[in-house]
Amino acid sequence: MKKLLFILLVLFSFALKAEVELPTLKYLATDLTNTLSADDILRLNRILSAFEDSTSNQLVFLMISTLGDYPIEEYANQVAQKNKIGTKKNDNGILFLVVKDDHKIRIEVGYGLEGALPDATSNSIIRNEILPLFKEDNYSAGVLAGVGAIVKATVGEYKNDAPKIRKRGKSIGGWIIPFLIIIFSFLFRGRRSRGIYLGSGMALGGFGGSSGFGGFGGGSSGGGFGGFSGGGGSFGGGGASGSW
Amino acid sequence: MKKSVIIGLSIGGALLLGVILIVMWSVRSYNNLVTLSEDVNKSWSLVENQYQRRMDLIPNLVNTVKGYANFEKQVLTDVTNARASASSMQVTKEVLNDPQAFQKFQQVQGQLSGALSRLLVTVENYPELKANENFLQLQAQLEGTENRISVERKKFNESVQTYNTTIKKFPTAVFAGIFNFKDKQYFQAVTGAENAPKVEF
Repeated sequence: MKKLLFILLVLFSFALKAEVELPTLKYLATDLTNTLSADDILRLNRILSAFEDSTSNQLVFLMISTLGDYPIEEYANQVAQKNKIGTKKNDNGILFLVVKDDHKIRIEVGYGLEGALPDATSNSIIRNEILPLFKEDNYSAGVLAGVGAIVKATVGEYKNDAPKIRKRGKSIGGWIIPFLIIIFSFLFRGRRSRGIYLGSGMALGGFGGSSGFGGFGGGSSGGGFGGFSGGGGSFGGGGASGSW
Repeated sequence: MKKSVIIGLSIGGALLLGVILIVMWSVRSYNNLVTLSEDVNKSWSLVENQYQRRMDLIPNLVNTVKGYANFEKQVLTDVTNARASASSMQVTKEVLNDPQAFQKFQQVQGQLSGALSRLLVTVENYPELKANENFLQLQAQLEGTENRISVERKKFNESVQTYNTTIKKFPTAVFAGIFNFKDKQYFQAVTGAENAPKVEF
């Protein structure tokens, strides 16, 4: 009887979860409310991708309009987990989430950055840097201030040993590397299926049977600055929330 | 004569092959069970860490709040007592195999959650406390910990569910029986007491 109840509860909670849609993020900065100008978004994407290139930390900004009754903590954690923000090695992802119409903010911090950005710091960034500007409806300045403060807190934690090769314009450069990888993986397949992983700084998910972890989108970032592809980071609910 | 030797050899070979396959299969399913069981242990230690972290935060919180004139003594005493009874309980991963101990663990921690959320609600009546940077930081840490607890509990439940399902499925169930892999306990939602305190700024 108890078990049946548990199963029903689990099913019910799945049904509840299905109500909220979890976006698949394609850029480091995304505004689904059209509050920020195109210039702001471009600027944010530049800052965030430069930050990722130098530190390997993935700081992702997302602005949505409303969550209804759904708790922001759960939503932020699920979006971050689903998009695998941060690298698998360091779990160094951060999701900066603004729910505009609900007047709520959350900074969700991956396991690997909980030391550099403890809850108290996230909380103080929200309270002291972001909220005063949001209260004046100055969203773009508030977001930039928040991003700046988060970057400042976490910049020294990791170094990017294998910066992504970004596609600039419409060059074929972005295709060459995956292409070579495929060729090599066929060449080496006969000898040792692990050969391809050795020597390469990036974990090339999908080859040789060890897929399932999102991989590190080696060299494919959707056009210009700020393309995002998750590196397999994990989140344990660290961070802070605030409202205005 | 020759024919019977061939028949004998092929029957023997088939049997040997069968035995080898069975051994290989059982090694694999045993290893799989060990992996799943270790996953549960690992996620349990993450849950435990967070509960411990909460426990460590409480003395600071109580001391900060105590400093404020005529703060409700009863609320503080409740928190201190709940913490004392939670920390007096020895928790090892053996708890996972013992329904009663697990229930107890949930109950004590639930009481502590309840006492803490009452404390944070009471704080609403003290504007000067809410303006204290030290208190605000502690509060942020406490809220963060409560949130981590609920995240890690969810992950833990998922890993227990995978494990429990696997040991019950045929034919793995046979091995689980032989090697004594038992059902593990998972968290159940307790109405009210388990909710993380929500405090609006």
